[in-house]
Amino acid sequence: MRVHAKRAGALLGGLLFPAWSMADWTLNMAPGVTGTSNEIFSLHMTILWICVVIGIVVFGVMFWSIFAHRKSQGHKPANFHENTVVEVLWTIIPFVILVVMAIPATATLVDMYDTAESDVDIKVTGYQWRWKYDYLEEDFGYFSNMATSKDEIYNRQDKSENYLLDVDNPLVIPVGKKVRLLVTANDVIHSWWVPAFGVKKDAIPGFINETWTRVDEPGIYRGQCTELCGKDHGFMPVVVKAVPEDEYNEWVAEQREAAERERELTEKDWTLEELMERGEQAYASACAACHQADGSGAPPAFPALRGSQIVLEDMDAHLDIVVNGVAGTAMQAFGGQLSEVDLAAVITYERNAWGNNTGEMVTPKEVFEYKNQE
Amino acid sequence: MSAVADTHAQDHHHHGPAKGFSRWLLTTNHKDIGTMYLIFSFTMFLLGGTMAMVIRAELFQPGLQMVEPEFFNQMTTMHGLIMVFGAVMPAFVGLANWMLPLMIGAPDMALPRMNNWSFWLLPCAFLILVSTLFMSGGAPNFGWTFYAPLSTTYGPPSTTFFIFAVHIMGISSIMGAINVIATILNLRAPGMTLMKMPLFVWTWLITAFLLIAVMPVLAGVVTMMLMDINFGTSFFDASGGGDPVLFQHVFWFFGHPEVYIMILPAFGAVSHIIPAFSRKPLFGYASMVYAVGAIALLSFVVWAHHMFTVGIPIAGQLFFMYATMLIAVPTGVKVFNWVATMFRGALSFEAPMLFAVAFVILFTIGGFSGLMLAIAPADFQYHDTYFVVAHFHYVLVPGAIFGIFASAYFWLPKWTGHMYDETLAKTHFWLSFIGMNLAFFPMHFLGLAGMPRRIPDYALQFADFNMVSSIGAFMFGATQLLFLLIVVKCVKGGEKAAAKPWDGAEGLEWTLPSPPPYHSFTTPPEVK
Repeated sequence: MRVHAKRAGALLGGLLFPAWSMADWTLNMAPGVTGTSNEIFSLHMTILWICVVIGIVVFGVMFWSIFAHRKSQGHKPANFHENTVVEVLWTIIPFVILVVMAIPATATLVDMYDTAESDVDIKVTGYQWRWKYDYLEEDFGYFSNMATSKDEIYNRQDKSENYLLDVDNPLVIPVGKKVRLLVTANDVIHSWWVPAFGVKKDAIPGFINETWTRVDEPGIYRGQCTELCGKDHGFMPVVVKAVPEDEYNEWVAEQREAAERERELTEKDWTLEELMERGEQAYASACAACHQADGSGAPPAFPALRGSQIVLEDMDAHLDIVVNGVAGTAMQAFGGQLSEVDLAAVITYERNAWGNNTGEMVTPKEVFEYKNQE
Repeated sequence: MSAVADTHAQDHHHHGPAKGFSRWLLTTNHKDIGTMYLIFSFTMFLLGGTMAMVIRAELFQPGLQMVEPEFFNQMTTMHGLIMVFGAVMPAFVGLANWMLPLMIGAPDMALPRMNNWSFWLLPCAFLILVSTLFMSGGAPNFGWTFYAPLSTTYGPPSTTFFIFAVHIMGISSIMGAINVIATILNLRAPGMTLMKMPLFVWTWLITAFLLIAVMPVLAGVVTMMLMDINFGTSFFDASGGGDPVLFQHVFWFFGHPEVYIMILPAFGAVSHIIPAFSRKPLFGYASMVYAVGAIALLSFVVWAHHMFTVGIPIAGQLFFMYATMLIAVPTGVKVFNWVATMFRGALSFEAPMLFAVAFVILFTIGGFSGLMLAIAPADFQYHDTYFVVAHFHYVLVPGAIFGIFASAYFWLPKWTGHMYDETLAKTHFWLSFIGMNLAFFPMHFLGLAGMPRRIPDYALQFADFNMVSSIGAFMFGATQLLFLLIVVKCVKGGEKAAAKPWDGAEGLEWTLPSPPPYHSFTTPPEVK
């Protein structure tokens, strides 16, 4: 990690591919926008420079020997093979350097672990393969899915500026407030990372990890899942929108209202067409990653739904699998993840899409009764 | 014992090898077994390398063009498993088999039949592992670290075969390690006290103890997985009261010593090669031994530095940060000693020396990035990015693998009785050196810019360096076929090698003719 070697690397790359824009040859970590990320950046630069200096000294001596002490130049070898003073010195000096390095690192770490006195608490839950954000004091929450289309990924369409780093619903936080994040997961381990904040925390099923951030600059910040979590690990970006406090409060009020309206929808009388329409969207965001948009699945891990016995015939079994999941497999319990409306819509959609034409529908009220019968 | 035909070879009055396939299947000869380990390891190196080529081809540009994400994950997983367990570890066991008896003046390994068994288990294990690629649901796809519950509840059906394969290779490694310890402790030539042992012997002795300590832990963790998958337990399943983080603690308790298992024997080999081509004794022999011992001991108390982001308490975080930083001290001592050995020597740069010098430089760069990763707060930014990929490839490729190439060129004349083609070997070195740096150095920049590891597709700002990295990887990969050519050429013929082809080399192995007789020291040499 020597800086001059980095520059040489970039220079070499630039010479080989002159057509490319140099703007993309980012070499170093960015300082970020929070106190934590700035402290990390300064630790990173300190240790980097320490390494550069040690590297110059050690490799300097080595290259001196390589050039000056060659047999081909008639150099006669010396015969020394130990020197207690030198050996003690090069044990103690690195130790002292390490102690000097450990002091600021410890201070930063203590600060990073201090999650007390937060202004906003948000629960972040990792799912295969999206994030869910629950605003704990505000009684609403939503999923955040990648917004990049398959056409872009499979090169059928030009890639947009924020290719793979765009979501439908970003996490919204107020600037200047201490936001505490409670990080967990529903299925496998994920990891929530926003480089500009210096925040990375593993999302582990059965654990609630705490971390925090305070962002002073309004803006949109992007990151990704950083723990291998299955096939779409590369496709679950994190996008955070930091907004001024007024705007944040307005947004929270809107979200609460929307959540309330959503709950009322359960009582509405739905037609097959309405459920199908809503089901297609809900299916695309909750089911298609495994069972595929055309219901063909990816057996044996992810069974096909098109032409499936359960989907075509046994309504109770269908409800049970979607609501309660299947233990020991990748099929999650969606009962707690989706609203009654979405559950009803997804099941209705699955029973009528891709030539499954059963003509049967299940209403949100029926799903509600099913969930509350036990 | 049909492996040893009851005929006397003409020179040296030794038994010769049996003819045909049974020589290899039934052999108890350390040289034959060493050769088989080395051939097996190189085969696995090419197979694992092919998978790396698939990975780099997919990552050549953004978008999905070559493979689907499911298959990409299988490739990263199998590449890691095959390189760690199939290429690097068996290569060092092969070197140990060939060189330990020659270096300590022993006729063979102490437990020759077990030696045969520990080798032949390996092809079985890897046949099982590689066959998972053709199973329904595909090969393991959860990374070489196989974190639960991705590898248990969410793993493919082939996971059980993977577990079986890991068990078998674990047994093979443990038996190999027992054999190494028994050989070194019992069969040394008279006069060879512990502190007179060559460093390759020392590093392997310590490596063998590490293997015995941690391979059972690996077996334990995969057994718990087996129970979770097939017998309804919940060791790692939170919904059954289990703990997914327990998996990581147990795995890395194995995994961290494991990374030293892959580097310590290379430390030993390089400590022979640098003095030989510097024509000057190794600087600080005793401190080298103590440094290896210290590294081995510390390796047991640093495992959680792989887990800085899982949310361990701050006291634990600090302990593991300090302990990890401490490893820089003995590692630094070793590097300083190698440089001091070169200082004021009479240096020449044949292929083994080129690889050894590159080893010291590039391993040190990997050590620097390791030191950076040890700083826990900074690790929150580096963790699971390409910076980590760059770091461990810098310690494993120019570390372990260049160490193996250096050893191979250093001892090939001894093994075959012929000199290898120096021009081709130097070409192999320079192409490997350039390709390797081109492939892995840009990964530092990618990681610092924020590219996570183990992703089949990436955001557009990472495109340029990924293309450079892929070009370097293709160059490095293709170059390794040259090594095959050089070795085949050397085995078939070439300039006759003297008993001691390197004028600065020291040690008992050079007192035997090249190639050495089928049975090495039938009367032990005297070491003064």
